Amino acid sequence: MRHEQTQIPFLSSEKKDVWMVEARVEFKAQNNTPITVSLSLPEDTSGYKLYFEQSVSAGYGFSMVQKDGIKRGEWSIRQAKGKQVLYYKAQIVQDFTDDLPLNKVESKLNPKDDILWSASEQIAAKEILDLAYAKSSNNITFTRELIKILKNIEKRDDSSLLLLKHNYMDVLSKLLTDAGVVHRVSLALELEDARRNKALTSVIEVLDKGEWILFDPKNALQDVNKNFLLWTRGGKSLIDVVGGTNATVNFSMVKQNMPALELAKAHFDESGFGIFSVHRLPIEEQSIFKMLLLLPIGALITVFMRLIIGVKTSGTFMPVLIAMAFLQTSLFLGLLNFVVLVAIGLLLRGYLSNLNLLLVSRIATIIVIVIFLVAFMTLIGYEMGFNTGMSVAFFPIIILAWTIERMSILWEEEGAKEVLTQGSGSLLVAILAYMAMINGYVAHLFFNFPELHLIVIALMILMGRYTGYRLLELRRFREFKNI
Amino acid sequence: MLNFIGPFTLKRRGILGMNSRNIEFISRYNDRKLFPLVDNKLQTKLLAQEYGINTPELLFVVRYQHDVYRLLEKLKNISSFAIKPACGSGGKGILVIKGRDGDGFIKSSGMVIGLQEVTKHVTNILAGLYSLSGDQDVALVETLIEADAVFDDYSYQGVPDIRIIVFQGYPVMAMLRLSTKASDGKANLHQGAVGVGLDIKTGKPINAVMNSEKILIHPDTKHSFDGIKIDNWKELLLLACSCYDMTNLGYLGADIVLDKNKGAMLLELNARPGLSIQVANSKGLLPRLRKIEKEKVASKRANVQKRVEFVLGFENF
Repeated sequence: MRHEQTQIPFLSSEKKDVWMVEARVEFKAQNNTPITVSLSLPEDTSGYKLYFEQSVSAGYGFSMVQKDGIKRGEWSIRQAKGKQVLYYKAQIVQDFTDDLPLNKVESKLNPKDDILWSASEQIAAKEILDLAYAKSSNNITFTRELIKILKNIEKRDDSSLLLLKHNYMDVLSKLLTDAGVVHRVSLALELEDARRNKALTSVIEVLDKGEWILFDPKNALQDVNKNFLLWTRGGKSLIDVVGGTNATVNFSMVKQNMPALELAKAHFDESGFGIFSVHRLPIEEQSIFKMLLLLPIGALITVFMRLIIGVKTSGTFMPVLIAMAFLQTSLFLGLLNFVVLVAIGLLLRGYLSNLNLLLVSRIATIIVIVIFLVAFMTLIGYEMGFNTGMSVAFFPIIILAWTIERMSILWEEEGAKEVLTQGSGSLLVAILAYMAMINGYVAHLFFNFPELHLIVIALMILMGRYTGYRLLELRRFREFKNI
Repeated sequence: MLNFIGPFTLKRRGILGMNSRNIEFISRYNDRKLFPLVDNKLQTKLLAQEYGINTPELLFVVRYQHDVYRLLEKLKNISSFAIKPACGSGGKGILVIKGRDGDGFIKSSGMVIGLQEVTKHVTNILAGLYSLSGDQDVALVETLIEADAVFDDYSYQGVPDIRIIVFQGYPVMAMLRLSTKASDGKANLHQGAVGVGLDIKTGKPINAVMNSEKILIHPDTKHSFDGIKIDNWKELLLLACSCYDMTNLGYLGADIVLDKNKGAMLLELNARPGLSIQVANSKGLLPRLRKIEKEKVASKRANVQKRVEFVLGFENF
């Protein structure tokens, strides 16, 4: 379904957790040398989705490049002086539902193990490996056991011996190499809300059945995808600075709650459906479409009210137009405006018909009069503290003029009663149509899933084939009850 | 307060509903391109003359605005006449002048109006005020119908007319429409005119309604409808049914007036006749329409005479 493809939510209020992650690169520039800073950047692959990336760094050129299959951001400048600060910002959303290759094999890269065991260490290592091997069934359980053993430093002599001289991660990696387990050391960012100045942590990834399984080396937890954002993988350097010294990278992050729609918009630019999306249009056109895509709802309601209920309206789709006018004015004020204007317009038109004018010039005169009336109402409303008529724009004026004309013709031909019947029928349908069109869910669904209009068409066709009685006919023919 | 009838009861009584009429009869049996024949009274009239069907005599046609000012000259020797829009519907925009009073014109209500009023009315017609689509229209000036005395006791001002529903050339239901004070002399049921259902085989009154309520006497003349008797009923049926051959419209309402001197005349045709005739007749249209639909096959290409005889021969119709 398109919903799944584009992640457009069904409800406009749906929200998602979004991590706003900021990497802050600091270094000291060497004078008079061109500077290139290369920072490894996260990718979509680890159960997270990048929605938005940006770099804020005054004076620097910035671009994203692929180096050895790894995404890196490169800042460059001809000359800089003193302490430099560069920022990389990304918006990241957890997304495990997607079919993204979670931890696909990029390269069977083994970390360089540049530590050498001494003779005593060799024995200790062997002991640990044997122990872990005995307690495990495959590479994954083996790694888990290994981490557990190494963590119990105080209890075991052999592990404490190894860790005496060497770094924990190096030991773990070396032991895995010794055991012949394909693995790599990666740097990941542990996501915690509202943390600043956080460094990356090393994690271990073990290859199993073509997939990299992530381990938190601190506690042997396997399912760490949820709060670990893999930043740089397979032992590649996090940062390279040419022309600078003392480079450090710090991370800050904050968890945000964003409307899912916003995210989806950012996302489906790339997906195939994006091309057909209204969201690609400029905002101004979008707002026109928002109105336009609502029109079928009003039409559907009019069809229903006329064919199934049997309400009399003046003009087939005038109620929809009136409802559209209400959308621009708001219901109560729109209704008030409408009734008052039509009433005054009818009175004035009665006078005009005494002048013996031709029809066309009469309608034209009415339009001008309506404009005056609208201006007048606006002034009164303004003085009284309502902000009314200003929104009665060009479009509703035409509708008003037209309504007045039709109503007055109706008055002359069929009398006031018919004007009242059809007028109130039109208003009733217009109000219902307005209520449907103003509904946030309806507006959201039909704007974001325009294909729903096919259902609308289907319903209209269905009703168009309805040969049963209209609801009001059950009243019209009530006399037949007594036969 | 809300008085409704169940849909199944309606169905059992064979009442034709609006949706069913539109889909199963009008759009199925009335070719849209034939509509102008009946929507334009001038075309209907010319066609009727061609087929030798009796209609009120056409005196002249006002087509252009500048002709309006020669109206007085054209009306010089005519004291009573009716002006109607060619494309009007439901009796809209019809001005009836029954005589002269010096320079003034006497309307059917007895009110005297000046020439200016008359020209204004024609101007409105030409501008399309009364036409269905609001397009420009032409005005027909016809001789006035002199209502047959049989209806004198049952009508307030206007001329009563008889609406006959003709389905595929067969008469199916008839109704006499009588104007009232409430309907302002007009013969339209939804404007408050009285509808008297007529037995399709004999032309005798069955039942009368006003504003969808059953009534027994005319509200203005206080006469009981039982006394209505229409002579030459078969002649009326023949006139109505020959309109099918003339227009080819399968579902049709023919409005017929009885003139004192010239007998039955076709006033206008309607390709979308209303449903109130069922209320006036206390009968649903559907069983009759279905019966014709079935019988039509057996009696293909029957002439008017045969078709009317056919219906008169039905039991229970």
